[in-house]
Amino acid sequence: MEKNVILSVRDLVVKFHVRDRILTAIRNISLDLYENETLAIVGESGSGKTVMTKTFTGMLESNGFIAGGKIFFEGRDLAAITSNKEWEKIRGIKIATVFQDPMSSLNPIRSIGSQITEVIKKHQGKDGTEAKQLAIDLMNRVGIPNAADRFNEYPFQYSGGMRQRIVIAIALACRPQILICDEPTTALDVTIQAQILQLIKDLQKEFHFTTIYITHDLGVVANVAQRVAVMYAGQIVEYGTAEEIFYSPKHPYTWALLSSLPQLGIKGERLYSIPGTPPSLFNEVKGDAFAPRNPYAIGIDFEEEPPFFQISQTHQAKTWLLDPRAPKVEPPVAIRDLHGRITAILKGQVSK
Amino acid sequence: MEREVILSVRDLEVSFPKGKGRFIAVRDANFDIYKGETFALVGESGSGKTTIGRSIIRINPTSKGKIIFEGKVINEKLSAEEDRQVIKNIQMIFQDPATSLNERATIDYIISEGLVNFKMFKSQEERKAKVVKSLAEVGLLQEHVTRYPHEFSGGQRQRIGIARAMIMEPKLIIADEPISALDVSIRAQVLNLMKTLQEEKGLTYLFIAHDLSVVRFISDRIAVIHLGRIVELANTADLFLHPLHPYTRSLLSAVPMPDPISEKAKELMVYTENLHDYSVHQPSFVEIAPGHFVWANEPELEQYRELLK
Repeated sequence: MEKNVILSVRDLVVKFHVRDRILTAIRNISLDLYENETLAIVGESGSGKTVMTKTFTGMLESNGFIAGGKIFFEGRDLAAITSNKEWEKIRGIKIATVFQDPMSSLNPIRSIGSQITEVIKKHQGKDGTEAKQLAIDLMNRVGIPNAADRFNEYPFQYSGGMRQRIVIAIALACRPQILICDEPTTALDVTIQAQILQLIKDLQKEFHFTTIYITHDLGVVANVAQRVAVMYAGQIVEYGTAEEIFYSPKHPYTWALLSSLPQLGIKGERLYSIPGTPPSLFNEVKGDAFAPRNPYAIGIDFEEEPPFFQISQTHQAKTWLLDPRAPKVEPPVAIRDLHGRITAILKGQVSK
Repeated sequence: MEREVILSVRDLEVSFPKGKGRFIAVRDANFDIYKGETFALVGESGSGKTTIGRSIIRINPTSKGKIIFEGKVINEKLSAEEDRQVIKNIQMIFQDPATSLNERATIDYIISEGLVNFKMFKSQEERKAKVVKSLAEVGLLQEHVTRYPHEFSGGQRQRIGIARAMIMEPKLIIADEPISALDVSIRAQVLNLMKTLQEEKGLTYLFIAHDLSVVRFISDRIAVIHLGRIVELANTADLFLHPLHPYTRSLLSAVPMPDPISEKAKELMVYTENLHDYSVHQPSFVEIAPGHFVWANEPELEQYRELLK
């Protein structure tokens, strides 16, 4: 099946002015997003996951700017848009975002109903009664019990999970083509998280939107994603299908992220922990940004930035280890058979 | 071998005023923590797990029941000396390293505050040496003593929080979600550090968490708490192999594992209290197998015993 590219990022560079200095938050990212897929973007805080997706909706902070590259969407370059008026035709209508904390993305002093109908009235030009009916339908759809009765309630009367359902309802009110979920469940309890993840998957089947998930939780990634992009220090260092990233990762940073997961820990043994800290993005990064923390680093990592090496049609990684001249390195034992290991752990068969 | 119990909680109830009545946050909590082990208390927000931790360090007053530390009831009026002993011996590590350190104090002050309050040194040299030693134990350097909390990263700040607790040479440490606010790559470091310190000092941990997958790795025994009630308590291995209470099972099913095959195949179990019919048979907290307790009534126990076979 031929997949259609819905959004395409080419050589994107994003910089910020911070106290007379320039910070390069996104360093040359290229990425294709396919129609109807779920792409997860993973990385540590500060790796640039949120900054990158903010450029898709023109929501960069005022000290940030796109210093290079293009973002193609519906035949136009989003990176070239400068007026807020233009953005308003895209943001929320064609590309919508669900943020982490549902309490701060809802207006605390306006009723839930009015916050949903506002969007419907503004973007779909419906009148009051029609908008209300649509809003209640949406509330039902995202799983609010007694939606009609709760239409006039306020955010504080909703639980965290219910609030996030409302935020999702608002995001979907305009039938966007792309839904960006920025850590949508990080502030929620695990059982509620599982319900919200399921809800987004169900809605995606029904409304046929494309989802971008931003998360640091590899468990969530395994649950939702078809494709995964791993970010480090403002770059994507590895892309692949979820299966490729979890079962045959190639980049040492992906190895490190996976090996340090407490879920894989064996009692009585130490967990793997990544030494050091990410590089400062105020300075120019020489070579591979992960090299100083990478136990597998080779000489050239400190000299020259690695290119992407193609592993399969869907799998690419940016590490010199894939160069034919590089020494052969096996991934850490702990993640060589991830599925087997987790199955064994869940059955209690792994011990020291 | 009979293991030494360091802390016992008996029929504990903690309530807060709510309007004209009272809101019961924790009810009938019963458990023992053995010396040298890591005991985990797992539940969702609002389950009362933090309340139990806070009532053990006596921030939250209790309304019923007993908390017994080293054979002595501590949730009642204590003599000044006993009080000091309890404060020194039970220390806490908080969730958010960004808010649990005094922003306007130096690291030296933050770490030695307890020493000063308890006059645990003979000279300034001794105090300084103790601070440097405890910083070294958590992987920080001597030159850090003059710095302020904002100069440190989240993981380092959590280490400072740990050093502040450790310097008191406590016997029991209550760690309330110590890694939830930390970045993925830092979590492993902090867990490893806690483990190392435990082995070196023979510490006992009460580890409070919402994430069962983290707890599996670190704890010896786990109590699962739901809406103020401990519904199941067992060895870590038993709890993961034979979860009995439907709430435990729903929690286990909800934890996302970093494994696409099992994640995509998994079925979500949703727990509601309507699953239980307690109209005829009343439930109680029963030891269904050695060391494995569950909150259930007679017909449910019957079912659970079948599961254990």
